[in-house]
Amino acid sequence: MASAALRVVEAHARVYRRTWRGSVISTFLSPVFYLLAMGIGLGSLVNRGAGTASVGVPYLTYLAPGLLAATAMQTGAGDGSWPVMAGIKWTKTYFATLATPIRIRDLVVGHLGWVGVRMVFVSTVFVVVMAVFGAVPLGVGLLAVVPAVLTGLAFAAPVSAYAAWLNDDHGLSNLFRFGIVPMFLFSGTFFPITQLPGWMQPIAYAIPLWHGVELTRATALGIPTTFSPVVHVAYLLAWIVGGSLVGFRTFAKKLGQ
Amino acid sequence: MDGHLVEACALTKRFGDFTAVDAIDFTVGHGEAFGFLGPNGAGKTSTMRMIGAVSPVTDGTLRVLDMDPSTQGPAIRARLGVVPQEDNLDNELSVFENLLVYGRYFDLPRSVITERADELLEFTQLTERRDAQVENLSGGMKRRLTIARALINQPDVLLLDEPTTGLDPQARHVLWDRLYRLKQRGVTLIITTHYMDEAEQLCDRLVVMDKAKIVAEGSPLALIGEYSTRDVVELRFPVGTQDENLSLLVGLADRMEVLPDRVLIYTDNGDRTAAEAAERGSKPETVVVRRSTLEDVFLRLTGRSLID
Repeated sequence: MASAALRVVEAHARVYRRTWRGSVISTFLSPVFYLLAMGIGLGSLVNRGAGTASVGVPYLTYLAPGLLAATAMQTGAGDGSWPVMAGIKWTKTYFATLATPIRIRDLVVGHLGWVGVRMVFVSTVFVVVMAVFGAVPLGVGLLAVVPAVLTGLAFAAPVSAYAAWLNDDHGLSNLFRFGIVPMFLFSGTFFPITQLPGWMQPIAYAIPLWHGVELTRATALGIPTTFSPVVHVAYLLAWIVGGSLVGFRTFAKKLGQ
Repeated sequence: MDGHLVEACALTKRFGDFTAVDAIDFTVGHGEAFGFLGPNGAGKTSTMRMIGAVSPVTDGTLRVLDMDPSTQGPAIRARLGVVPQEDNLDNELSVFENLLVYGRYFDLPRSVITERADELLEFTQLTERRDAQVENLSGGMKRRLTIARALINQPDVLLLDEPTTGLDPQARHVLWDRLYRLKQRGVTLIITTHYMDEAEQLCDRLVVMDKAKIVAEGSPLALIGEYSTRDVVELRFPVGTQDENLSLLVGLADRMEVLPDRVLIYTDNGDRTAAEAAERGSKPETVVVRRSTLEDVFLRLTGRSLID
């Protein structure tokens, strides 16, 4: 299985070698924009007000690792959605892959593996930009790439399973509109979830992004996590494994009937 | 394995309540070109997907290359080449890269793939397009590339699902020529088609499928002999005169078919029957005497009503 899944990763890499130009600019620009607008623009207001008191560090420093995790979520959800729909419905390249010794689970795991590779790249770029902005030192920042990748995969796995289950891409737009965007806003990326109304806090605990933000921020800033890091990591892993297992079934339903 | 590459017994495929393939039996031998002929929705593609070890068998037994598709799928697929109905090439990659990526799925070393790719591109007349992006190829070229891709693992059996649907006549003939050459080299071909000329050109033996069942089996010639006559006379009468002319033709042949726009007379001597029809005083606008084709067999077995 490992080698078959690796061959799927390799195929994705070959396609990426042809198509990387399209995404590389946004990979660099998105952290620059966010850190400029939120970290420096909004941050100057926060730092002047009572904000710094509640987060303990300059707002840019507080925000940047959270945005790192949130960007990983968006990358993971994005790579898990339209490319999967294309492989099944639009270009149908998944059917070609499965006519070879590659099995459905190799395809699912290989795709996630490739998303992981891309996530390492995207997160590393993000951390370098963070360091350039002076948000965090480069060294500890790079350590935060590990939880960021975990966070991205915790979304890529279930979103892939969901994309394979859908019959058209309306469901994907809705996922982003009603799922990814609210999570982006309310998972502790921009402000601690203790600022949320009490009834919303348990909801935030259930969102994988909050656990990802906890881990990236703790790693980059050297502060403790809300729960034990083991709990946060286990929660993200549960989404990765669970999402993959569901993916085996939804992919099989579309590709192996 | 009795010389059979594929052996199906009471092979059945159901999707929920719908039976796509209903207990069919067939075998495909070494080096044979075997066809599944049938209208859309007859169950041809479902059968192909089961042979291709990508779609589980609901009932009955299926052996492919003496293996069980339900447990040995990857090993079977390693020795098959698949040309699907719709091209599913990677449009973003070049012609060569498509072969490279595909060959890697079979775990072939890059050097082997490069060597075979050159031969296959030569064989499919795509050598000059080696580095072109697939998106810019014509339909016929894409089809040929799909065939080249299916041959990268030097398969024992090539599965072709409606290989020439949507191609112009030139492209179809080029493709038939290549498939014929493959057959000469000993590659076993399994083809689905709803084109009679394709089945007659390519298939040594075929089964006619209709409504999930096999309704006839044999070589193209044997099927024509069994289900049609040697010749067919087609008479087209001026609008409004078909009925009066028809009365003159009664008893002319054992089997006659009256269509809205013409009358088909099935006979073993077309010229004589046409002459007789003229002697009886019928006044057709046009008379065509032709050999029976698989199309006549097909239409007799599967009916003329339109199936969508």
